[in-house]
Amino acid sequence: MTVSMDLGAAALQTLLVLLAAPALQGWIKLVKARWQGRQGPPVLQAYADLWKLLCKETLLPEPSSWIFRWAPWLVLGATVAATTLVPWVTPHGPLAAGDVVAIAGLLALARFAQALGALDTGSAFGGMGASREMAIAALVEPALLSATFALALAAGSTDPGSIAAATLSAGWGSLGPAHLLALGALLVVAIAETGRIPVDNPDTHLELTMVHEGMLLESSGRLLAALQMAALTKQVLVLGLVGALALPWGLGAPLPLAATALVLKLLALGALLGSIESLYAKLRILRLPDLLGTAFALGGLSVLAQTVFGA
Amino acid sequence: MPPTLLLSLSPGLALAGAAAALVLGRWPAAARMAGSLGGLLAALVGLAVALPVLLGAPTYGATLYQPTPFLTAGLRLDSLSAWFVLLLSVVTFAVLLAGIGYARAHDGHGGPRLVAITNVFLAAMLLVLVADGAFGFLLAWELMAVASYLLVVHEHEQAAVRRAGFVYLVMTHLGTAFLLVAFLLLRGAAGAWDFAAWRAAASSLDPYLRDAAFLLALIGCSTKAGVIPLHVWLPRAHPVAPSHVSALMSGVMLKVGLYALVRLGWDVLGGGPPWWGELVLVLGLVSAVLGVLYALMEHDLKRLLAFHSIENVGIVLIGVGTAMVLNAMAQPAGAALALAAGLFHALNHALFKALLFLGAGAVQQATGTRDLEELGGLVRRMPQTAALFLVGSLAIAALPPFNGFASEWLTFQGLLALGQAGGPGFGLAAVAAAGGLALTGALAAACFAKAFGVAFLALPRSEAAAQASESPLTLRAGMALLALACLALGVAPGVATTLLAGPTQALAGASPGPGPVWTLASSSAGAAPAVLLGVTLLAASVALLAARLRGGPFAGRLTPTWACGFALRPEMQYGSTAFAKPIRLFFRAILRPERSVEADYALAPFFPARWRTRGGVSPVFERRIYGPVMRGLLGAAAIARTLQSGSVRLYLAYILATLVLLLVLAR
Repeated sequence: MTVSMDLGAAALQTLLVLLAAPALQGWIKLVKARWQGRQGPPVLQAYADLWKLLCKETLLPEPSSWIFRWAPWLVLGATVAATTLVPWVTPHGPLAAGDVVAIAGLLALARFAQALGALDTGSAFGGMGASREMAIAALVEPALLSATFALALAAGSTDPGSIAAATLSAGWGSLGPAHLLALGALLVVAIAETGRIPVDNPDTHLELTMVHEGMLLESSGRLLAALQMAALTKQVLVLGLVGALALPWGLGAPLPLAATALVLKLLALGALLGSIESLYAKLRILRLPDLLGTAFALGGLSVLAQTVFGA
Repeated sequence: MPPTLLLSLSPGLALAGAAAALVLGRWPAAARMAGSLGGLLAALVGLAVALPVLLGAPTYGATLYQPTPFLTAGLRLDSLSAWFVLLLSVVTFAVLLAGIGYARAHDGHGGPRLVAITNVFLAAMLLVLVADGAFGFLLAWELMAVASYLLVVHEHEQAAVRRAGFVYLVMTHLGTAFLLVAFLLLRGAAGAWDFAAWRAAASSLDPYLRDAAFLLALIGCSTKAGVIPLHVWLPRAHPVAPSHVSALMSGVMLKVGLYALVRLGWDVLGGGPPWWGELVLVLGLVSAVLGVLYALMEHDLKRLLAFHSIENVGIVLIGVGTAMVLNAMAQPAGAALALAAGLFHALNHALFKALLFLGAGAVQQATGTRDLEELGGLVRRMPQTAALFLVGSLAIAALPPFNGFASEWLTFQGLLALGQAGGPGFGLAAVAAAGGLALTGALAAACFAKAFGVAFLALPRSEAAAQASESPLTLRAGMALLALACLALGVAPGVATTLLAGPTQALAGASPGPGPVWTLASSSAGAAPAVLLGVTLLAASVALLAARLRGGPFAGRLTPTWACGFALRPEMQYGSTAFAKPIRLFFRAILRPERSVEADYALAPFFPARWRTRGGVSPVFERRIYGPVMRGLLGAAAIARTLQSGSVRLYLAYILATLVLLLVLAR
């Protein structure tokens, strides 16, 4: 009985998160448009785009194999599976089958599949995107894990729900320097993982600075729809994870309150990403180790701060 | 069955196979079958002997040979030995099965000798694992070294192979020398050669002597396991050996080195103060990160895999080192978790690395090259080999739901326990180590996206790759066994942690606990790869179904890849060197890339007629460490040579002078 209820709740929660993902993209685009003094596309444009892609014919590049045809579905599946591990409204979700390491693992699986799909086209753009994506991931993952570990050491667990619960039970006292340093690290990770300026530019297909979009260049129709949906899902997932780890307030509250808190957090983090994207220039790819190295160092500093100022 | 017989049955069968292969030398196919049969039976018996001990049957031992009262060669199978015998048996079975098909190519080319020495190698590794005493241990250790040397130089007609074999021989004997000195120290202190006496004496040993013995043993075992900076033989020896031999050397022999480290450093010497574990942890981190960085710079498929062996040995050492620190700080639960992580990863690496080496062998056999820049498109020509190699790639990149992810997950939990063990230093160390492990995993994923993507996907880069054909059936069967094991241990990691209850209980005094088979669990967190796999597949199928219900024709239409208006040619694709370029630049401070450009100008400086670039990373260890040491040794030898004039009278004078000196000093 409870198992089937849990499964039902997990399915419903996942569905709602997936439904919200394109809207979050619309919100970020709206923020960017306001910074640029434009009207911007409608907030719900991303749904229409996905719908349009589903209706279109799928073109396959001649050199490609089954890898290219199956990779997008694996990318989407692994990303969706990772969303079930994030505490959205309660510290311990209905299907808590893993911790932050598992989330990082699933995202890495999705990234690996996407890189192989891009290499399978034989296109130099695909290879370039895949090469850069994997190289940047090598900088992002240590930053993510070190920031998480800084928080996990205080909580005694790598489970995001336990980390959130530990912060909540400590009350406002937990909002010390250690916590803020970890939050800073996680924000840098969020920028990199969502493929936004100053790490990557989500708006361009044409410049040679592209990373994620380069991998999509040969995809079309429903394969492109799957990859776009995966990217949107990953965006809401990463912001939700940062929200749960660093700003857990609202988790475990009565459902309407918790849901409101979640929406507010996502909107605020989305607005932050959109603002940073509007106000900063993209970094040269060779400067990225500096940025992500800073995030990694912030994780270490957070541990030091825990011992100096108390957790 | 008496223990002596049971313990010697498995090595005996392997040796019988070797003898049969030599006797049947005139008929290579028959020799290959007989030798392989002996090895396969040895593996099955090894499995049958090891499993009961891991499932809780009592440890047993026997004295094999006792020529004098103080010199005994005993055999003993405790749970630690049993875990490694299990590893050896499973991997050897699959590799020998694959080798039946693979070694056919060597039939007319010293085939029987290859099979026979492979079996001797197998027997030697088994004997190291069950030896209970320095005498038998060293004998088997040396037999293992010599047999593996002979396997490395199997194709000794090529100068490069002989050279690689020589480096291997020198390094392995250097390691043995250190081990020998450690053994002599312990023999002097304990007054006997068997491990039981050493174990009893270890606690009352002079701490400095114990530290010295540990450091010597650490160097000895690390040389065999390929820990940086003692790794230089590994990327030379592995690529030149026949591929199923590389699979055995990388999959199993390196693990024998790790076994020796755990056996001597922890079991016999008692684990020592925390700095022993800290040293092992740092060595592990350095090996893991540098190993994978150097692997990324390779475009020889087997050299790339060899560097990944260094990386994975490093990951095992991160687990073992963490466990040793926690054990020294009397934290049995954390120590058991970290030790289980290390030992589990040793098994996992043996499985996926053997799989990958066999895959590399299949590619080399089908195309005649190991150079990634000449491969490509093999997923069409060898679809099953490609799928199996992909499984190995996913496993080594620590991606769920495969076994590499499971053991790395446990390692992360061990590091978390380390971070909570003491003051701020431990927290910082845990964060740095977790970052290092995450870096290693992400770089490994990048490296195998490169290896698989360049070798198997898109357009073939050479005629040989375009004409490749699928590998022999037994080769694919062996690979399939290993791939299945990788998946099974990934979705049911509880099997491994249950089997590891024995070794962890014996060494750390606690066990990771028999949790549910489908889950990974520490005291505070858990992960269920099987559930994650299920959700992933469910979500993917729902999305696929939704896409199918909606929209136009499902099958895609083939169109040319966009190449800026040109027709796509193989050389336009991203190759191995290009793929690794961002990482080469990100980590240029460590890798020290070198690049030289030669250009002949038709009209300087704008119109080059010919343009040649040469690039690579500088061999830092060879240049900075081994070079100076070698030059120093040669210089010292040149000075020492002046003593040798060739005159007998002068030599007599030396003897007299020595005698007088000794009389004065040692009155």
